[in-house]
Amino acid sequence: MLEYAWIIPAIPVLSFVVILFFGKKMPKGGSEIGIFAVGTSFMLACITAVQWFQRVENASGKSGGAALSAFGKGLFARAGEGGVIVQPVVSTVRWFQMGGVTVSIGTRIDGLAVMMLFVVTLISLLVHIYSTAYLHDDVRFTYYYAALSLFTASMLTLVVASNTLQLLVGWELVGLCSFMLIGHWWEEQANTNAALKAFLTTRTGDVGLMIGVIITFFAANQSFDIGKVNASALAGLNGHTIWLVGASCLLIGIIGKSGQFPLHTWLPDAMAGPTPVSALIHAATMVVAGVYLGARVYGVFWQGFSIHSGGLNAMAIVGGITILIGAALAFVQDDIKKVLAYSTISQLGYMVMALGVGSWVGAVFHLFTHAFFKALLFLGAGSVAHSGSHHSFDMKKDMGGLRKYMPVTFITFMIGSIALAGIFPLAGFWSKDEILATAGQNGFELFTVVGLIGALMTAAYMTRCVYLTFFGEYRGHHHPKESPKAITIPLIVLAGFSVIAGFANASLFDIEKFKQYIEPTVAFPKNIFGVDFDIGLAALSVGIALTAIGIAAAFWIERKELKGLKGLTERSSVLKAGHTFLVNKYYLDYLYTDVIVGGIKGPIARASYWVNMNIIDGVINGVGKGATVIGRVVYRDIDQLVVDGAVNGIARETDQAGGLLRPLQSGRVQRYALMLFAAVGLIALALAIFG
Amino acid sequence: MILNQFLILAAILFCIGVYGVLARRNGVLVLMSVELMLNAVNINLIAFSAYLRSSAGDVFALFVITIAAAEVGVGLAIVLLIYRNLHSPDLDRVEQLKG
Repeated sequence: MLEYAWIIPAIPVLSFVVILFFGKKMPKGGSEIGIFAVGTSFMLACITAVQWFQRVENASGKSGGAALSAFGKGLFARAGEGGVIVQPVVSTVRWFQMGGVTVSIGTRIDGLAVMMLFVVTLISLLVHIYSTAYLHDDVRFTYYYAALSLFTASMLTLVVASNTLQLLVGWELVGLCSFMLIGHWWEEQANTNAALKAFLTTRTGDVGLMIGVIITFFAANQSFDIGKVNASALAGLNGHTIWLVGASCLLIGIIGKSGQFPLHTWLPDAMAGPTPVSALIHAATMVVAGVYLGARVYGVFWQGFSIHSGGLNAMAIVGGITILIGAALAFVQDDIKKVLAYSTISQLGYMVMALGVGSWVGAVFHLFTHAFFKALLFLGAGSVAHSGSHHSFDMKKDMGGLRKYMPVTFITFMIGSIALAGIFPLAGFWSKDEILATAGQNGFELFTVVGLIGALMTAAYMTRCVYLTFFGEYRGHHHPKESPKAITIPLIVLAGFSVIAGFANASLFDIEKFKQYIEPTVAFPKNIFGVDFDIGLAALSVGIALTAIGIAAAFWIERKELKGLKGLTERSSVLKAGHTFLVNKYYLDYLYTDVIVGGIKGPIARASYWVNMNIIDGVINGVGKGATVIGRVVYRDIDQLVVDGAVNGIARETDQAGGLLRPLQSGRVQRYALMLFAAVGLIALALAIFG
Repeated sequence: MILNQFLILAAILFCIGVYGVLARRNGVLVLMSVELMLNAVNINLIAFSAYLRSSAGDVFALFVITIAAAEVGVGLAIVLLIYRNLHSPDLDRVEQLKG
């Protein structure tokens, strides 16, 4: 299967064609073809992964055995015995030949590729199933499934690509498909605009990628092959400067595709598409393509940005800024999908920063875990909108109190939020900690601090989001109910993965599957940073996250209550008198009760009442208000004024230039013909005089 | 071999064709003018072919005739559709692509 991996993207391509031509005639509008095709791809991806594990096992000189037992054995073995070389499986055919340069097309299967194949096909399969219910009566149901198949196929092509040119083809196809799907409901002008914005913004970054591919082609002595590019970069072929320029251009491509500052503005607008599409775009395809590119040609970045020497570099700085900007913006959104969109931006910032600080394993691992819990959160938000708030995503107007009506959605959404916030032992904790520890142990202390601040903000805005959606009183005007099985089952599967995915590389327990199976051993930085599990840092990050949840819960819950009751401390002292009150106030977050109330009940309550009223409240309100103010300032002054201003300015200039040229575009064929003949005449005249 | 006369004839035909394409408003007449231009080119090709005693020009002329036939087929279909939609073959009225 490792040699025949091209079948995996080929199946969805086939299903795209079949759905397009025969989908309307099928009893379920083509959805069954899509699900079957992606399901088959998923099975093949699993087989490929198992065979890759076997290959690594064999290379390490261990007894091969059955794949599963090898995997089980590996689960408890200490990873990274060192010095073992596992060649990636590259199989290619000649694509075209041009002036002595042969460009091939094919597959390059290694740990990174099998990991991505698994994630992409799994998430895509779940999204396919989910969509049968979510888009049940859609006017373009068949068309939607065709586009979804093509989307999956494009991403898989990108993942298995054996050379940068093929990667570029997949990259552009992914952009095209996301354009089609974001603008799925094109009858509304806003959706069309969002699709165009997404397409054009990512195109801006694509120019950088294209130039980067060309530069690396020449820098690697005329080769597009990924292995050769990486090896040449690490050897510093043709000098350091060319790799610096190449890496900078590729970074622009990553910034455009992965929603990094300052090209992140398209991502929140891309929420105009159907929610399952948002989940697919944000978790498994499209935006992670950028991070994948970074991990794929990591040698170029390692050499170009001199990551081994520590200190500051463009990649880490871009990632760091994105973490903070994205998280700050998430505070001021009322649309649940926009909160998640900004959260994705922030999390992608972690991945790019991780690549920038030399934490390759951390970046790829975070991509892996993030895919599960972000897909879960988006599908959860979709479930809420589908069955709870009547297709509205406004948390303040149409949600609240859905905990009672939608228990499955609530529990899975909570799991996703906790995983995202990085609480032990869920998925997000392990990957985030891997990044922070690597940064801290290799001379990037500044970025560890940025990461910790990001963790604080992440936990706080997710608390707000969960509170507004699921706690309090129902504020909508419909009859919320639990979603159908086609929606809840993908949620449950993803919640399961969100819990266990982190243990794939839980360095605390000496499980380092990613280091062992995923990290390349060929054409990869020899002196890539190792990392030791830092229990102090881990405790610190979890502590920070919990504090943030506590503060945020206190702040937002209290603010809701200010109208009727006197405040947080008032409720606490009443709580001392009777537990029944708490039962009535069922919406109090249990964390809130543990962290805040737990400390002040009993005899201390009366004594600390004054302190509570005047100091703790002040601090809590201050922190809460501060976060909101910072978020607003960032949103208004940086995002809206500077970034949007620059974009709008360019658009205005283009518009004026176009206005000058408008008369030429008369629409009359004969005018055009006249211009044509006049131009030919002028050229002939010029030739007659000067030739 | 008198090459000049053929070339002058071709040039005159071509100029008439250009005038027709630019000045006539009737779509059918514009198409006919295009045909004139193509035939002017054909005359040039055959004249040079005979002058240089090579058959390459004749072959090219044959190709041009074939393509011209196809082009008229498509062109007339377009004119027919214009007539059907605007009730007139007047090309000046087809300006929906005005910027």
